[in-house]
Amino acid sequence: MKSKNHRFIQRFTRLNRILHILMIVSFLTLALTGMTLKFSYTGWAVILSKFFGGFESAGYLHRFAATIMIGVFVTHLIDVFKLKRKEFGSWKKLLKSDNSMLFNKKDLKDFLNSLKWFMGKGERPEYGRWTYWEKFDYFAVFWGMFVIGSTGMTLWFPEFFTHFVPGWFINVATIIHSDEALLATGFIFTVHFFNTHLRPEKFPMDIVIFSGSMSLEEFKLDRPDEYKKLVESGELEKYIVQPYPPIVIKAIKIFGWTALTIGFSMVLWIIYAMLFVYR
Amino acid sequence: MMKSFSIVFSFLIYLTVVSAQSKEECLMCHEDEQLRGTQNGKNISVFVNAKSFNNSVHSQLDCVDCHDDIDAENIPHRTTFKRVDCGNCHDDIEKEFGGGLHRRAYDKGDPLAPICQDCHGYHYIRPVSDHNSVVSPMKIPFLCGRCHREGAPVQVQRNIPEDKILENYSLSIHGEGLLKKGLIVSATCVSCHSAHKILPHTDPNSTISRQNISKTCSVCHSEIETVHRKIIRGELWEKQAHVLPVCVDCHQPHKIRNVFYEQGMADKDCLKCHENPNLVSSKDGRSLYIDHNVQLNSIHSKIACSQCHSEVNVSHVRPCESITHKVDCSSCHSEVGDEYNTSTHGILAASQDPNAPSCKECHGTHNVLGRLNPNSPIFSINIPTLCAKCHRAGEKAAIKYKGPEKDIVEHYIESIHGKGLMKSGLTVTATCTDCHTAHHELPHTDEASSINPKHIAATCGNCHHGIQDMFEKSVHSALVTQTDKPLPVCNDCHSAHTIKRTDSEGFKLEIMQQCGRCHEKIAETYFDTYHGKVSQLGYTKTAKCYDCHGAHDILPVDNPKSHLSHDNIVQTCKKCHEGAHRQFAGYFTHATHHDPGKYPILFWTFWGMTGLLLGTFLIAGIHTLMWLPRSLKWKKELRKKINMDEEGLADSEDDKEENEK
Repeated sequence: MKSKNHRFIQRFTRLNRILHILMIVSFLTLALTGMTLKFSYTGWAVILSKFFGGFESAGYLHRFAATIMIGVFVTHLIDVFKLKRKEFGSWKKLLKSDNSMLFNKKDLKDFLNSLKWFMGKGERPEYGRWTYWEKFDYFAVFWGMFVIGSTGMTLWFPEFFTHFVPGWFINVATIIHSDEALLATGFIFTVHFFNTHLRPEKFPMDIVIFSGSMSLEEFKLDRPDEYKKLVESGELEKYIVQPYPPIVIKAIKIFGWTALTIGFSMVLWIIYAMLFVYR
Repeated sequence: MMKSFSIVFSFLIYLTVVSAQSKEECLMCHEDEQLRGTQNGKNISVFVNAKSFNNSVHSQLDCVDCHDDIDAENIPHRTTFKRVDCGNCHDDIEKEFGGGLHRRAYDKGDPLAPICQDCHGYHYIRPVSDHNSVVSPMKIPFLCGRCHREGAPVQVQRNIPEDKILENYSLSIHGEGLLKKGLIVSATCVSCHSAHKILPHTDPNSTISRQNISKTCSVCHSEIETVHRKIIRGELWEKQAHVLPVCVDCHQPHKIRNVFYEQGMADKDCLKCHENPNLVSSKDGRSLYIDHNVQLNSIHSKIACSQCHSEVNVSHVRPCESITHKVDCSSCHSEVGDEYNTSTHGILAASQDPNAPSCKECHGTHNVLGRLNPNSPIFSINIPTLCAKCHRAGEKAAIKYKGPEKDIVEHYIESIHGKGLMKSGLTVTATCTDCHTAHHELPHTDEASSINPKHIAATCGNCHHGIQDMFEKSVHSALVTQTDKPLPVCNDCHSAHTIKRTDSEGFKLEIMQQCGRCHEKIAETYFDTYHGKVSQLGYTKTAKCYDCHGAHDILPVDNPKSHLSHDNIVQTCKKCHEGAHRQFAGYFTHATHHDPGKYPILFWTFWGMTGLLLGTFLIAGIHTLMWLPRSLKWKKELRKKINMDEEGLADSEDDKEENEK
């Protein structure tokens, strides 16, 4: 009776969900293979490197995953272009729409109100389509793609790039690449994991990025502003969908747990390396 | 008739002597072949052949010069004279003769003892150079043989150790030379025994004693050293006659033949007793049985027993009873002996250490085989097993050893040398003795040791000559670098007993630690770069120290011949990075971001990135921590709200149903 009454609303398109899954797979692969080199002086790095079949095959996997991630990035950009053309017509409309990833005044307001809410001095802000931390994560990926991607390419083809930059830039690129990667993995596996999965109301994980939909009741409370705007525009019914059968949900949860476990393990390994054997 | 004749004769002599006492006067009577006289109660001929006398060495002398106690005035002379004393003139020879065996016997009243005249004769003494002289070389064997031939009273009744002297001599090379070839320079009795001062060989003053025999033989065989065994230097022959075999040990007296040993005669003498399998020592009961076949199959098959057991005395019934020393191999192998005596083994042996190995511990005794014989314990493949008898962990030498090497034998077997030798059967592979030497092994701390750091390159270079050449031109060679610090030698990188193939993963990874032992900082910074990090993961395909710096030909970077000099570095990078070029080679292979002085860009890049990282985590961390308690409350509120909504929803539906009714 109850489930019958649960209505689900779609939040992510199929493409976005596929891209995010690919992103997870490639990111974990990049992080795992890359960290073996960065922390080569630790025992776990040696074991992990063996697991990947040696530094050579780990290197191939790293570059393969990098290619996929670049592919994901490019696909997303193309998707944004298509979206602009089909639904908005101009960049200005797209960037100013409620679906825009750009920071706006509401985000600033939401951020300040969130801080108040955290301190018990106000109500929970009425978050919209994208919250400010989601937008931060989104642009963090852009930044990361630029920084890690460019240095990564330099390290991939050092003979070519040193035609344009001095040899010592390879050393610089190595530092930037590995420290930015440390930032990315550290951020994703702690802050992002908390913000999306571990905060108590979502604990242990929020599978909306894989299933694409969440129950309308939860949606109403989690994103009151978006709900309100959908109701106002009368487009709510457009996004009402049937949830996935339990078997699919189970598969999603297994995948999610795997990714979370790998992520947390890496955090532990990194903390161990930084605290006990760092040099 | 007879009586009247003698009266006349005596008268005649009397006249002669009284008037002049000249030789002529004496001969007036004594030239008469029929003239006889009485001497010591015996009636003897007193005829003197004037012609023969005048041909003798004493022709210029008068009779009374020798017969100085004659009563020349009385004719006939009195009937007792003392013997003519040759020593009146030949005092030097008399002195010689006086110390000899013959004279001593004579003094004791031995009726068989010879005096001068017994050999030299009386009135007709010819010079030695005269072939008719009884003491000419050709006649000497017969002269001596008069008494010393088989069956003669002297030979039978007196203690003469040799038998068949004359027979053996005549068959010997000397006898053959003299008697059959008429070669008068060939040795005769007197050549060895001397003419006058004949002494038994047991007398140290004898010309045929062990101490003197080589000197005696080398009077003729003066150049024997140059053509004979090189190790028996004349001085050793004379100085160490108690251990060294002397001429007669091999070339038995009187039987001398250059082919003597091939006839195996001496061995037969020994085997008379030692062939008996039950023969044991009366002292300690150990078996003294010798399987002659073992010895005949050994490398000493042509060496006779007595050449090693050199103190045997053939004149004894048991020739070996005179042996007082153990076999000393250095009698022949003197150079090896010298080496051994200054080696650890030899020094321990000299200090009476019961565990010290002597020659036989390694080489065996009668079964000695050459080092090229696969059955020999010193055949290259067998050497590790041989040395392991004492040097394997737990054995006596290993217990005594206090140095840094452990499980020497086990490590060697697993090393490239051990595998090459023992698994691949490559007999030229280095075994214990190739590095430690066979007979001059010394601890590495000893400057004379082959494994002393000063010599190790040369030792390894015995086989790895090309490497030694390269190494000696490198910065690590003491010939190039003058420093107080210890320079690395072969074993510092390759180890001593655990030497691995240099293309094995283990070696390639360990070598970085080896370089790092001295080049501490540069090794540490290497591990901060890609090459070092990959190597640290246990992979060998990226550049190791030697890939860039070279292995044995390492030179300072500022040396134009260095692999890393300005002209060579691009080529060195190209070994792995095909597209390498000048600017690519500007990569810092030993960079660290911890040194702001040397690598400021890296230092600040690192701290910039670290700042970014810390800042981001700080802000995000605070945000998250603030969020957490509020989120817990929100979770409860959320649950309440959802439940309320659901109830509300249910209520309204119920209402609908009711309304419909």
